[in-house]
Amino acid sequence: MSAPHLLVHEHKDTVGVVVVENLKAGTDMLAVVTHDNKDFRITAKADIPIGHKVALTDIKKGDTIWKYGQDIGIAKADIAKGEHVHVHNVKTKRW
Amino acid sequence: MASAPIVANFDLNTNRLKHVKGRRIEAPAFKAPLAKKARGGTESFLGWRRENGRVGVRNHVVLLPLDDLSNAACEAVANNIKGTLALPHAYGRLQFGADLDLHFRTLIGIGSNPNVAAVVVIGIEDAWTKIVVDGIARTGKPVVGFGIEGHGDIAVIAKASYVAKEFVQWASELRREKCPISDLWVSTKCGESDTTTGLSSCPTVGNMYDKLIPKGIYGVFGETSEITGAEHLCKARAATPELGERWYRMWKAYQDEVIEAHKTSDLSDSQPTKGNIAGGLTTIEEKALGNLEKIGRECRYIDILEPAETPAKGPGLYFMDTSSAAAECVTLMAAGGYVVHTFPTGQGNVIGNPIVPVIKITGNPKTMRTMPEHIDLDVSGILRRDMTIPEAGDALIETVIRTANGRLTAAEALGHREFVMTKLYRSA
Repeated sequence: MSAPHLLVHEHKDTVGVVVVENLKAGTDMLAVVTHDNKDFRITAKADIPIGHKVALTDIKKGDTIWKYGQDIGIAKADIAKGEHVHVHNVKTKRW
Repeated sequence: MASAPIVANFDLNTNRLKHVKGRRIEAPAFKAPLAKKARGGTESFLGWRRENGRVGVRNHVVLLPLDDLSNAACEAVANNIKGTLALPHAYGRLQFGADLDLHFRTLIGIGSNPNVAAVVVIGIEDAWTKIVVDGIARTGKPVVGFGIEGHGDIAVIAKASYVAKEFVQWASELRREKCPISDLWVSTKCGESDTTTGLSSCPTVGNMYDKLIPKGIYGVFGETSEITGAEHLCKARAATPELGERWYRMWKAYQDEVIEAHKTSDLSDSQPTKGNIAGGLTTIEEKALGNLEKIGRECRYIDILEPAETPAKGPGLYFMDTSSAAAECVTLMAAGGYVVHTFPTGQGNVIGNPIVPVIKITGNPKTMRTMPEHIDLDVSGILRRDMTIPEAGDALIETVIRTANGRLTAAEALGHREFVMTKLYRSA
């Protein structure tokens, strides 16, 4: 298998992690779900740094963000599939 | 006019040794994906068996200050007597209650750690100095204390230097012996985490524990605040439901008494840290879920330790109630008696410890590219899907055994000796 652009922990997750440097908007990304090595493709809608997250689906403001199959916070804004997901549009539910 | 460097058996372009004993070797930090095998295999290691039966992997003679005022004398003795190690720190005056108990437990634990052959304790006065000397003496190792009041620094430095010289010459003749892997105590804590730690370096440590805990080693993880968001999972990993409840009450007490009492709306950008956020981590929940990958899939913790407490329930995995700040946490685990530390990092935390080798593991290819001299094991192959977690776990076990056998870690070679006492509240 060629090296993936994006890794996703679980099928339930709504975000994946960019694992290559210099990812450009418009890239047709190879995404791999680490749980079972199943893969799919998704287009990046922004330049996204290595380690940062991409929305795997259209997310609405107030939606829970899922990663590791777990709740990692809440969307502060609508996020379209393929867009950058980070502190500008997601926050913790804890503090 | 600059002249060309004179080079033999070393490639300046790659920073690699070309030949050692006629063989080409490559520095592991610069080479992906797998570490070299440990000579002698991974069922045993070469360590120093101490008077109390515990096994150390380093052989330090330590100058241990009781308090901040005694740092200068300890550093002077370390300067006089080569091969000794002073451990200056910031505290030790007017502490009381649980905070003072923790101070003594940490100093006695550090002196008692089997990576330490012998100890000279120096304090401003005799009474508290004696408490630390007596505590360390219970291990059976050589320990002598000096109080400064009534004598002055210079006389104490002279007397302590004579003792330290005897200790270091005695320790230099002690020999390593072959010990079963069950004699190894391995701690873990991650730092400057990012999303790659949860994908690669933390599960690498988890895989190591899943393989080594059944062989009878002692393990420990901690970082109470950084379990926030994964507390339901951590509670469920206790060996018994009762222990899980006890763990949850401990975690909740920190939330209620410290976080809730002092927090700002975003914990002042402290959790996640600026480095975490730069690395792509967005929330404490996301950070915690990655953090908890360090305990693998199989093992369950068998007891909860106070900070710096020595485990007493036999081999297995323990949870220690620690700060998530790297140097504080590693120091507390060293005081608990752990002799090798495994440290996953994403963005490139550079921490070391003066008495415990700290092994850095990263899966972040950017960190491998920009600061490889700090990394002992590169697991970035996991992100490329050309290395599996079990393969990375095996490579870490090889690295742990090589480190135990005497190979210096990157942090040791670079002189990282962060020794940081945890303080619970303001002194009287």
